[in-house]
Amino acid sequence: MLIKQLSIFLENKKGRFTEVTTILGDAGINMTAFTVAENSDFGIVRLLVSDPEKARNVLRDNKYAVSVTDVLCVQTPNEPGALSKVMDIITQADISIEYMYAFSLGKGAVVVIRPDDLDKAVSVLSENKVALLASGDLFAL
Amino acid sequence: MIWNETMECMSRKDMRKLQEIRLKKTVERIYHNCEPYRKRMQEKGITPADIQSLDDIVKLPFTSKKDLRDYYPFQLLSVPLSEVVRIQASSGTTGKPIVVGYTRNDLNIWGEVGARCFTAFGLGRNDVVQVSYGYGLFTGGLGAHCAVETIGGTVIPMSSGNTEKQILLMHDLGAVGLACTPSYALFLADALLDSPIPREEFQLKIGAFGAEPWTEGMRKELEEKLGIKAYDLYGLTEIIGPGVGHECECQNGTHLCEDHFYPEIVDPSTGEPLPPGKTGELVFSTITKEGMPLLRFRTRDLTSLNYEPCSCGRTSVRMNRILGRCDDMLIIRGVNVFPSQVESVICEMPQLEPHYLLVVDRVNNLDTFEVQVEVKEEFYSDEISKMLDLRKQIIHRLQSVLTISPEVRLVEPRTIERSQGKAKRVIDKRSFI
Repeated sequence: MLIKQLSIFLENKKGRFTEVTTILGDAGINMTAFTVAENSDFGIVRLLVSDPEKARNVLRDNKYAVSVTDVLCVQTPNEPGALSKVMDIITQADISIEYMYAFSLGKGAVVVIRPDDLDKAVSVLSENKVALLASGDLFAL
Repeated sequence: MIWNETMECMSRKDMRKLQEIRLKKTVERIYHNCEPYRKRMQEKGITPADIQSLDDIVKLPFTSKKDLRDYYPFQLLSVPLSEVVRIQASSGTTGKPIVVGYTRNDLNIWGEVGARCFTAFGLGRNDVVQVSYGYGLFTGGLGAHCAVETIGGTVIPMSSGNTEKQILLMHDLGAVGLACTPSYALFLADALLDSPIPREEFQLKIGAFGAEPWTEGMRKELEEKLGIKAYDLYGLTEIIGPGVGHECECQNGTHLCEDHFYPEIVDPSTGEPLPPGKTGELVFSTITKEGMPLLRFRTRDLTSLNYEPCSCGRTSVRMNRILGRCDDMLIIRGVNVFPSQVESVICEMPQLEPHYLLVVDRVNNLDTFEVQVEVKEEFYSDEISKMLDLRKQIIHRLQSVLTISPEVRLVEPRTIERSQGKAKRVIDKRSFI
């Protein structure tokens, strides 16, 4: 139910993210989704990858600061109103969202969510029959 | 353990008497053998006969680092060069180095005071000590080397650099003691953590760290990371090198070998002596050295002295932690800032690595002040807000200590340069021309 997300701390310097993509590429690791949160000095790149454990190790070997966080991946139809239904459930359950990002592909969409209360989010979403992706499903997309 | 109980545990009264005799003898020798000093004393209208007690020391001229440059290389010697058996030199940041000459007896003294230091750290004839100070002109390597030999310990004359071999020999030869600069010790601590050999297979127990000022927080960090007791080994090239002073098992001040190096505290701006306990500039007169004895040498180190007997049994005067150097003080937006203040804040925060860099610049006639810090790996978060909170916390704590507010830049792990000798902690880009 939970997906391991990598977060990499990067200073705002030319070429830093290029290096990360090279390291992951050379290690044969595929990225499914990523997002960058930034301010003037540094950024945090959040990634979903095919082999989080291996990715973390190669990045650490290259002296990157990497943390691993559990996130939820919700699968919704790629149509108007679909996300709003999911958000309603989360809000009704009084769960806050730290951050989220999404991508859509053909008829489906995947929303990556980091709620403040992970367990509660899993249980309310499951009760409401919202499809949560396991890592295998995600990388089969 | 105490190496020389007679000297280290002497009553204050006897110590002053001894210092007085030795000072008088030294002044006499310098006056008759060293022309620049003789001229200076004559200019002040004094002769050795004017120095009758320790209190008369204030009549004597000061010696500065600049004097050592001006009289480069041999004019401050009080013996002919034929008596000099060793040269050491300190790396001047600009121009010519400072050169010091030692007679055979000076080297014996150096061994003696060094032996007191390493004995106080708990090392003895059965211990293997890795000396990772740089060897060569720098006094660190050879100073620690001859100290360990004097106590009869086993020296690994490793010098600095070649990290893999450092770790290999430390392990294979069973080094119990490590002597190096605190910043290099931190570097080695990281290397030790990265090494595939588990910590329990090392014998390392004791660190003898010096040659640059370090804080209590840095000690804690070193002791935790290396799993050792870390002791201050104090010294200056001009005076003799490492061995001028040392901590004891109480880790409560640095005992000075005052029967060889007579300390005073003076007001750094006026040069007036300050009463015991007051903070000011540390000044040394060497009272036994033959080669290049110095009168009232201004160390530029800011500290205070404590004449209370120590619970270790020694009565020798203790120097409190060095707060900074008169000359590494930065004036930023009109406020005095010491790198050691920044270090104390950074070492107190569990989220940060004990490495930092201060970058000072002037933009549109305004000083900018940036502190770069590395966050420990486990404290990097996936949330920007947590990182920004941490940054805010750092700024807040720095501001409360420094009274001015720095910019804080969080940098990636291991991007601040690790030093293999003395650490470079400050980049001042301002030009005052």
